[in-house]
Amino acid sequence: MRNRSYTSRRELEQHTFSPAVTLLVPLLAILLQSFLPKPFPRFAILDLPLIVVLFFAVSRRSPIAGTLTGAIVGLLQDALTNQPIGVNGMAKSAIGYIAASIGLQVDVESPLTRIVITFGFSLVNSVLLFLIDHRLLGLPDFHLLWGHELLRACANTVVAIPIFFLLDRSKRRD
Amino acid sequence: MESFFVRFKNVLVLVAILLAQTIGLAIQVRRPIESGTPDSHQVTLIRYWVAAAVTPFERFFHAIGYNTRNAWSNYVNLRGVHQQNQDLQQEIARLRLEQAAFAEDAIQGHRLQALLAFQQNYIASTVAAQVIGTSGTDLSRLIYIDKGADYGLKPDMAVITPDGIVGKIRDVFPRTAQVLLISDQTSGAGVLLASTRILAILHGSSTGRVQITNLTADSRIKPGETVLTSGGDQIFPRGLPVGTIESIAPDPDHQPYTAIRIKPAANLSQLEEVLIITGTKSTLPLAAQKDLAAGASTAQAQAAAQAALKAKAAADAEAAAEATARSAAEVLSDRLPSLHDPNAPATPAAPGANPIVPISPAPRPLPTLHPDRYTPGDTPPASSLTPGARTHYENNAAPTPALPDNAPPRVVQKPRQTPQPATPAEPQN
Repeated sequence: MRNRSYTSRRELEQHTFSPAVTLLVPLLAILLQSFLPKPFPRFAILDLPLIVVLFFAVSRRSPIAGTLTGAIVGLLQDALTNQPIGVNGMAKSAIGYIAASIGLQVDVESPLTRIVITFGFSLVNSVLLFLIDHRLLGLPDFHLLWGHELLRACANTVVAIPIFFLLDRSKRRD
Repeated sequence: MESFFVRFKNVLVLVAILLAQTIGLAIQVRRPIESGTPDSHQVTLIRYWVAAAVTPFERFFHAIGYNTRNAWSNYVNLRGVHQQNQDLQQEIARLRLEQAAFAEDAIQGHRLQALLAFQQNYIASTVAAQVIGTSGTDLSRLIYIDKGADYGLKPDMAVITPDGIVGKIRDVFPRTAQVLLISDQTSGAGVLLASTRILAILHGSSTGRVQITNLTADSRIKPGETVLTSGGDQIFPRGLPVGTIESIAPDPDHQPYTAIRIKPAANLSQLEEVLIITGTKSTLPLAAQKDLAAGASTAQAQAAAQAALKAKAAADAEAAAEATARSAAEVLSDRLPSLHDPNAPATPAAPGANPIVPISPAPRPLPTLHPDRYTPGDTPPASSLTPGARTHYENNAAPTPALPDNAPPRVVQKPRQTPQPATPAEPQN
């Protein structure tokens, strides 16, 4: 059996998306994230934009595309909050880059890998937000509540798996 | 050199993007504070673009949900509306009485405030708005409403519900506005503890809790105490309900202060409609003045009714006492049948009238066999007595001393009158 090289694996499993999906899915995620906590307040614990960033990053397997996707989605998310614009942008840029880099190394199609990736990156996102808010912006009252963040990671994982399968249908193989 | 950029282009792109955002953050944080706007013009523009892209969809989905709920509750689910209406009528009646009870005090308070030249801000005008969206994250307690600068909204206007305060307007766009909730960690409000009159500063936290952290331990502060706005922040008018004290505990981050957790009076997690205070004035609004006048007149009417009731109760009590005395005399006459006058004429009761019970005369003592000085009727009247003179019985007991020449003549003791037989009393009405 022929061994696949790093380049050949990337070429074989790299996916692209139509411009409509690329544009509308992140916007829909931001819209739902903004609207759903009003009728369902507990929905605020989720981070749908993070799930979308993870999906596009690991599917495209391009760190630059992952970084840009994370930056744009994060900046849009920041624009709807009262935080300075760039907090979520920085965190999601880093996550997009790391997720795309990991996607080059492991098989991200299996559900187990997706569970681990979503859970882990949810925690990484929380840690990055804490570092940016607490260290970079100097907000002294910002604390990292590990129990709450673990709950958030679990909720994101539960929601992310069906969303990943749903978005798999929008993939285009080159 | 070219190979370096090609080889590390991914990392370089990441670093460049992170660096750009870091610089952007630094500019936003270090920006000099401009009056009236929370962000610089560029940041406000970015927020406006995103809000303009998102809020139409939020408004659309909100309208669908609102109309569906409205149609259901107004046209389909009308069971129990009649009972609810009756309950509300009763509550209105109860509140009118409460208003009447407070009206006099309120009028007196206003008079005293005017006398002492106190500055008081009353809500003069409000704009009702519906909540159409949120910030989408629990790290930022922000909501979007469907009214903006077109309706005269401006930053730092107070946002309330009938239950209590909600927050303040943060940023205003033409057709929408951001409301920063009091549970956000960057918000604050001047408050007053209702019973102890302690002034404090309330602010939110990263966990969404509303708390007071600038007070030291005080035994007078108890859970359950009502918290009101103090008016010191120049945003919320004085006296609006904020919430109640939920718990008091030492604050580990700010010793020796205590962390007083407040349960907000308004349900901040599920807001549907809010009121934005667009204007205040130092005198009571016309409608409130009419309400006060109505309350005062109701209080006067109540006082008159109570006075009439008291007078009626006093008359009833007097009649009852009279009836009781009468019945006591009847009982006495029943227990002493000898006191009945057998010769008393029987007076037939008039038809249709209450039978009149004849009252027996007061009992008289039987004739005395051996009268003495204490026998009733044996004592002469005081006008007929002479100072120093002896009575009939004293004369019998001791010799009479010689009288001086100018002494008045000796009084002769009258013979004791025999008690007359009892005469029947006239019947009383």
